[in-house]
Amino acid sequence: MKNTLRYTTVGLAGVVAMAFGASAQAVDLNVVSWGGAYTASQLKAYHQPYMKANSDVKLNSLDYSGGLAEVRAQSEAGNVTWDLVDVVVADAIRGCDEGLFMEVDHDALLLPAPDGTPPTEDFLEGTLSDCFIPQIIYSFAFAYRTDAFKGEQPKTMADVFDLKKFPGKRTLQRSPVNNLEWALIADGVSVDDVYDVLDTPEGIERAFAKLGTIKSEVIWWTEGAVPAQLLADGEVVFGNGYNGRLFSAIEEEKQPLAMIWDGQVLDIDGWSIPAEGKNKEEVLEFVKFATDTQRLADQAKYISYGPARESSLPLVSKHAELGIDMEPHMPTKYADQGFLTNFQWWADNRDELNERFEAWLQQ
Amino acid sequence: MRAADGTPLKVSIARAMRRNRLLALGLIAPLFFFILFSFIVPIVDMSLRSIDNSVVPGVLPNTTAALRDWDGEGLPPEATFAALAADINAGRESREIGKVATRLNYEVSGMRGTIMGTARKIARIEEGPYKEALIEANKDWGETETWLLLKRLSDPYTFGYYLNAVDMRFDSVGNVVAQPEFRQIYVNLFIRTLWMSLLITGLTILLGYPIAHLMATLPLRYSNLLMILVLLPFWTSLLVRTTAWIVMLQSEGVINSLMVWIGLIANDARPQLVHNKIGTIIAMTHILLPFMVLPLYSVMKTIPPSYMRAARSLGANQLTAFVRVYMPQTMAGVGAGCILVFILAIGYYITPELVGGTSGTLISNLIAYHMQQSLNWSLAAALGVILLGTVAALYFIYNRIVGIDNMKLG
Repeated sequence: MKNTLRYTTVGLAGVVAMAFGASAQAVDLNVVSWGGAYTASQLKAYHQPYMKANSDVKLNSLDYSGGLAEVRAQSEAGNVTWDLVDVVVADAIRGCDEGLFMEVDHDALLLPAPDGTPPTEDFLEGTLSDCFIPQIIYSFAFAYRTDAFKGEQPKTMADVFDLKKFPGKRTLQRSPVNNLEWALIADGVSVDDVYDVLDTPEGIERAFAKLGTIKSEVIWWTEGAVPAQLLADGEVVFGNGYNGRLFSAIEEEKQPLAMIWDGQVLDIDGWSIPAEGKNKEEVLEFVKFATDTQRLADQAKYISYGPARESSLPLVSKHAELGIDMEPHMPTKYADQGFLTNFQWWADNRDELNERFEAWLQQ
Repeated sequence: MRAADGTPLKVSIARAMRRNRLLALGLIAPLFFFILFSFIVPIVDMSLRSIDNSVVPGVLPNTTAALRDWDGEGLPPEATFAALAADINAGRESREIGKVATRLNYEVSGMRGTIMGTARKIARIEEGPYKEALIEANKDWGETETWLLLKRLSDPYTFGYYLNAVDMRFDSVGNVVAQPEFRQIYVNLFIRTLWMSLLITGLTILLGYPIAHLMATLPLRYSNLLMILVLLPFWTSLLVRTTAWIVMLQSEGVINSLMVWIGLIANDARPQLVHNKIGTIIAMTHILLPFMVLPLYSVMKTIPPSYMRAARSLGANQLTAFVRVYMPQTMAGVGAGCILVFILAIGYYITPELVGGTSGTLISNLIAYHMQQSLNWSLAAALGVILLGTVAALYFIYNRIVGIDNMKLG
């Protein structure tokens, strides 16, 4: 009996030792992203092919809801467990300024386009920044219910703000970002002048005044899944949201909705590497693979966000499951109708405008 | 007197007592350390964070030292500009300058751009005079206000976050003034949080009292069924119950459609029942109801029915007997339920977030915003400390009036 026990113990110890030995060779990387359909598209386009080719790397996919709170908390606690984070560019810039993310040399670390164009020229203009490697261009755009209005259908941002012609509830994100820009566009400011007007106190007054004209009819959302849900339930006739979510409501769930690309706000999403991460070498290898021309084009097979590389655009093909052509669903196709958020302007003004916006909501 | 082994009895008793005390301490030690590390330490840390201002003196040590002797008139001397240039350069290299930029931007919008813009150009400024060079890099350095702001934030501690949390601020010369009207939000939210929590507490008494009374007086098999009906939602996930209320209350939802179907309201005049304070009040009342029913029930269960019969036989009618004999004996349960529901309600987060819209969100939603989105953790901490202080104060008043010893949880 005693012997059996001893053998079992020795055997178990051996197994444990082997398990530890094995895991010492393989590297676990914690890759953090937004979850849902978006993470699913990354798993199919990036993680799975990479793990197939590199059996010694294990990519753990974790979800978060955006923002820098966790990265900053990990950094302050001195125990950074995330190796790679999917962030919007505004957070990347802010995290970079605060020293939370590592600076990257794009040309040295990333692969060139198939024709040899270096990354700094291949990534769309204005998308690169010090600590940020762009993946996709997404947009905030409006969708409306096609069964809500008889006769003329809404086409422009001015229509979204026109309660007389297009009555009914709207849903907007509970944030001054984008809403102030849209109010000015609906009020007749051209897309190119938006931030010049917004940079004056009168411009801000004007934007809030215009937003005030629809305030009584607005349901404010905070979770990205809500606008598509409210539109599908018929609770609202207009809603703004991430174009990918609206795409899946329209094409996958066949809801009676249509997009309004006019005034869409383009934004960039990509990778940032926590400065105090423990596996930087391995992470950079993965990022190099995941941001090459073909991989970025592959992601568009699973979700309607535009690849951030010029050279990926012609490779965008059909949706992997629905078989529809993805090109008309890429926000980049309608780029001239919209504009890129001005990150620097918002970085300077967000704290104050957010208080002002919340106070305005309560009035 | 000596014990059996020859030691003095006093010593032997003291030894036995000490062993018992150590044993008792050992038994409570796990709970003590758990509460210490999961409760007391974080609260102390949070309170410290709400007055913490170490970033500015930490990253700009030379500047803040140089500003100490400045009289606040005009512009500071060249040496201060030189100190600032050196600090910004060092901060840029250690990549901590962004923290200063964020900190200053809380006070004055646009300071982030001033600091980061200067930091980007600082490498080009190699020698003095620094005054002209810095003003050239960013014209804000030529403004007295900018320097007054830096001087005001030179101390490692500040009460600025508390002022901000009650819609006030320091003006450029350090006087306490009210925030401009379009930035006042927190005081109103605190007041709303208080009155909505009180209203919800009142509603749970109104709804819970009869149910608890019924459960305490019905025969066991019926009261057990009622008990399950009370507990079943209690065991269901909070998120499920909240989203179920959205389905029930939305304008195309169950309640509205039912009212349209029976002709109570017109189809195009459906009232807005969710995404506003009505939604928050309904959903929270439902979710918190068990916290009122359970203490009420356990107290009512102990009241012998003979008391009511005695009152009746002495000539009181049913109502008088209920009000004068039964109700006073349930007050301990009402008190316990009120404290439970009120304190839970005042810090409620997820339900108001989902069903509250703009008019039904509470202070906790703004605290969460500052934790997760704006990353102004010090302001979140100040708001949290004020909330904690309010609850403690109300509890103190309650204890004075009702007496906490009169509260019974079961």
